[in-house]
Amino acid sequence: MTDPLTALTLAQARDGLASGDFTSEELTRAHSGAVEAARDLNLFITETPELALERAQASDTRRAKDAAAGPMDGIPIAVKDLFCTEGVLTTAGSHILDGFTPTYESTVTANLRAAGAVMVGKTNLDEFAMGSANVTSYYGPAKNPWSTGDGKDRVPGGSSGGSAAAVAAHLCSASIGTDTGGSIRQPASFSGIVGLKPTYGRCSRWGIVAFASSLDQAGPLTRTVRDAAIMLGAMAGHDAKDSTSAPVEKPDFEAALGGGVRGLKVGIPREYRIDSTPGEIETLWQQGIEWLKDAGAEPVDVALPHTKYALPTYYIVAPAEASSNLARYDGVRFGLRVPGETLDEMYENTRGEGFGAEVRRRVLIGTYVLSAGYYDAYYVKAQKVRTLIARDFKKAFETVDVILTPTAPSAAFAIGEKMDDPIAMYLNDVFTVPASLAGLPAISVPAGLDPQGLPLGLHLIGRPFDEETVLRAAEALETAARFDTKPAYLEGA
Amino acid sequence: MPLDESTVKNIAFLARLKVPDEELERLASELSNIIGWVEQLAEVDTEGVEPMTSVVEMTLPKRPDAVNDGGDRERVLANAPEPMSGYFAVPKVVE
Amino acid sequence: MAYLIEGTSGDWEVVIGLEIHAQIVSEAKLFSGAATAFGAPPNAQVSLVDAAMPGMLPVINEHCVAMAVRTGLGLNAEINLTSVFERKNYFYADLPAGYQISQYAQPVVGEGTVILDLADGSTPTVGIERLHMEMDAGKSLHDQDPRRTFIDLNRSGVALMEIVSKPDMRSPEEAGAYLRKVRSIVRYLGTCDGNMEEGSLRCDVNVSVRHPGEDLRTRTEVKNVNSVRFAMQAIEYEANRQVEAYEAGGDVVQETRLFDAGKGETRTMRSKEYAHDYRYFPDPDLLPLVLSQDYVDAIKADLPELPDQRKDRYMASDGLTAYDAGVLVAEKETADYFERVAKGRDAKTAANWVTGALFGTLNRLDLAITESPVTADDLGRLLDLIADDTISGRIAKDVFDAMVETGKEPAAIVEEKGLRQITDIGAIEAAIDGIMAANADQVAQFQGGNEKVIGWFVGQVMKATQGKANPQTVNALLRRKLETEKQP
Repeated sequence: MTDPLTALTLAQARDGLASGDFTSEELTRAHSGAVEAARDLNLFITETPELALERAQASDTRRAKDAAAGPMDGIPIAVKDLFCTEGVLTTAGSHILDGFTPTYESTVTANLRAAGAVMVGKTNLDEFAMGSANVTSYYGPAKNPWSTGDGKDRVPGGSSGGSAAAVAAHLCSASIGTDTGGSIRQPASFSGIVGLKPTYGRCSRWGIVAFASSLDQAGPLTRTVRDAAIMLGAMAGHDAKDSTSAPVEKPDFEAALGGGVRGLKVGIPREYRIDSTPGEIETLWQQGIEWLKDAGAEPVDVALPHTKYALPTYYIVAPAEASSNLARYDGVRFGLRVPGETLDEMYENTRGEGFGAEVRRRVLIGTYVLSAGYYDAYYVKAQKVRTLIARDFKKAFETVDVILTPTAPSAAFAIGEKMDDPIAMYLNDVFTVPASLAGLPAISVPAGLDPQGLPLGLHLIGRPFDEETVLRAAEALETAARFDTKPAYLEGA
Repeated sequence: MPLDESTVKNIAFLARLKVPDEELERLASELSNIIGWVEQLAEVDTEGVEPMTSVVEMTLPKRPDAVNDGGDRERVLANAPEPMSGYFAVPKVVE
Repeated sequence: MAYLIEGTSGDWEVVIGLEIHAQIVSEAKLFSGAATAFGAPPNAQVSLVDAAMPGMLPVINEHCVAMAVRTGLGLNAEINLTSVFERKNYFYADLPAGYQISQYAQPVVGEGTVILDLADGSTPTVGIERLHMEMDAGKSLHDQDPRRTFIDLNRSGVALMEIVSKPDMRSPEEAGAYLRKVRSIVRYLGTCDGNMEEGSLRCDVNVSVRHPGEDLRTRTEVKNVNSVRFAMQAIEYEANRQVEAYEAGGDVVQETRLFDAGKGETRTMRSKEYAHDYRYFPDPDLLPLVLSQDYVDAIKADLPELPDQRKDRYMASDGLTAYDAGVLVAEKETADYFERVAKGRDAKTAANWVTGALFGTLNRLDLAITESPVTADDLGRLLDLIADDTISGRIAKDVFDAMVETGKEPAAIVEEKGLRQITDIGAIEAAIDGIMAANADQVAQFQGGNEKVIGWFVGQVMKATQGKANPQTVNALLRRKLETEKQP
């Protein structure tokens, strides 16, 4: 029997804690218990119930003294195992980080800690965040709490699959993930929850294991749009330790909600209509347009002519950066070391054994596109196309306030599918990658079910540092969609 | 351009990844597929377009010249697989 | 005179370019807040950024940027208002991230010039290709353990300027003069301490040979040479090795070599045998470095007088020879010392004393000018004592030696030893009379027309007065008295 406390949204939990309906210790014990009970989903790499209890008790003590740190104080959250956490094993889902226990805390998790949030564990993910199905993890695939009764386990999406599924399965009030090309939004869509990728530069990257530095961005995964706004407020902020952290004001994101979308111009990019998209996704998209129109927004056709080139651009830029970012995993200062006679042998053994197939593939691709004679043809070319993609958005945002698209071209597929064809796997991110390349804020909101009863999300993209409009439009979709179906895992409980 | 096995071997060494010889053929074909797919970018006209260096419209922030870090060797060596006498240690290198 | 190597196939010319790595004087590292001080225990000055722990990010030190621009201006070079940090990717044990953050396609400083001061008085110009900022790697220690190499990351992330010359040098002497001149300029600027023993300044030497008039041939690079003398030796060895290779019908391979100071030889660097492909690309953790012209102008306005300008001033206003001026300005400390001595005094006399007695003493005692036992002020006071006839120039040498010995003030030494010059004409006359009376032979010689004997008389008088008599006075009085004796 699941504890009713785990069914609360973050905002409800906050209000309950504030009014003394329950303590953080009770809330945390309920969630830690749920985490333990859900082990067969393989959503956590490390569970931290003792640490969580300690922090929950400290939160209760603060609250008793009327010194609660804010809306997040005492709230149980899960953390993608890509954020370095002081004294807690951090693996990035990779064998190569065996035993790595950071002596430092990432800025985002430190911000959340300072806000009183209680970490219940570190969630499963694709190795080094490279994947769209959470199947490349050294710790095995994470399972989606959604299923269809066909007996097959579904992927929760990726790379923040564990974080998304943990929220969907009510194992935490909210979680954090990272998004490089869709790694928050696509699993949010697959798991029937809200996933927000903030503007590049909104959240500090300091202390997050880097995949592709020019794209990586931390963000919240929650059950409601309001929860996402609350979480983002606790995560974001300028950080002098990250040269790409933007020195901008942090608005009160939650205060942006409730304003409605009357008069808002919503861009509908015709290039996102692709032949291979299943009909139900096209239908849901049309439905989304209608919902926003009914709420008073004005749909406007926009052109994003270079959309088609976003994915290949991404698959040059991201592996190039990754090939360099992952050079530090060499067996010298931390993590796995596989011995070798010479230094080079030690490197090759450690990295050959420590990295999984997809990471090796991307490191090789990245090395190739940067190598002498190919750099201009691949890397420089891709960065030029990236300029054009960003320009398309800039132009579109001269006439519209937000852009609406589907989040993913399909619902969650079965574990084991698309494994033989890397490109088919890469196509999962076709709708999310363009906003990543342009550094724009974007959110996935659960909006409907596919014919098999699996969740589907809609995707909103905003202007740089205009998360407020994105959240406002997302709330309108959320209200209209009234998505309240629960995953089979919860229904069956 | 398709990658042949020797190219794969070469980039694997640049990346210090041990790739068994029997995997070279499969990898070469996999990587060639991906490279072939990204090569569609060639059809985009990028004449006169600057390559993107950063998506954020800001200038490089600078910090003052002050010592406020380091000085904690234990912290740096805490995760080292084979620390010796305050050093990281690796198989002997001949210069 | 051209430096050529004779060969059976004709004369060979040496073509040399230098890449100087100069550590920027700073408290903290280029991209982290760890200290840069020399000589700390291993890994004691390492931040998590320097150790490339997962998720660590670089933030640039503003002082280092200013120092690089200042150096660029000191090398008469263009400053690029936009420059880009790139990653140079390669695996090595002391390079924790697997890449070095450097500048490549767009360095902060472009082309400039350095004027050499050669011993023959000629002043050839060497072109500067570029100057860029980069982080240093750590240090590998190969001799601490039989099976392992130890890694110390204290230097990892220390700010360096790489100053790349054009291949404009044609002899070891020119390369040595270039290295000394760049060292002098950065020390004047205060951007690098120039300490080659501690590795704050070191260079890679690119050498090729060719028959005069030919296109450039394959070059080799000798890495990490840490003294001017070694650089010159390495070039000489390498040039001869290449000539021998060509003349034996062989070829020169483009490669990286190490200089073995003990043997005075270069040898192939085994760890660099395979071809490198550094895969440079802009570091996505950093944005382009954009400077304003106002920023550059402010640094320019703050530049100190540099050695070439000082040399010109010494020649134009102080009338020094090109050689003396060149010697004095080579080290900023020497020039500063000289200027203190010369202030309000005769510059040529000051220059003679500094380049003569003082340099001789410092050489003998193996001391730097900053360690001189005689302060500039005391040397100045000594010159004052000569100028006001308190002592003679000859006695001044003795006083100087006593100053070196005791560190005392010149006036005190003069008093203590009773070295004050005898200006009392009566006393000198008495001494002359005594000597003439005792040496009738010599008097007769003079009277017989042997003028030269007067020198002997001067010596005798000086001896009798322990050198304290004013030599001019002695001379004048002697001459008058001897002439008088002539015509009784």
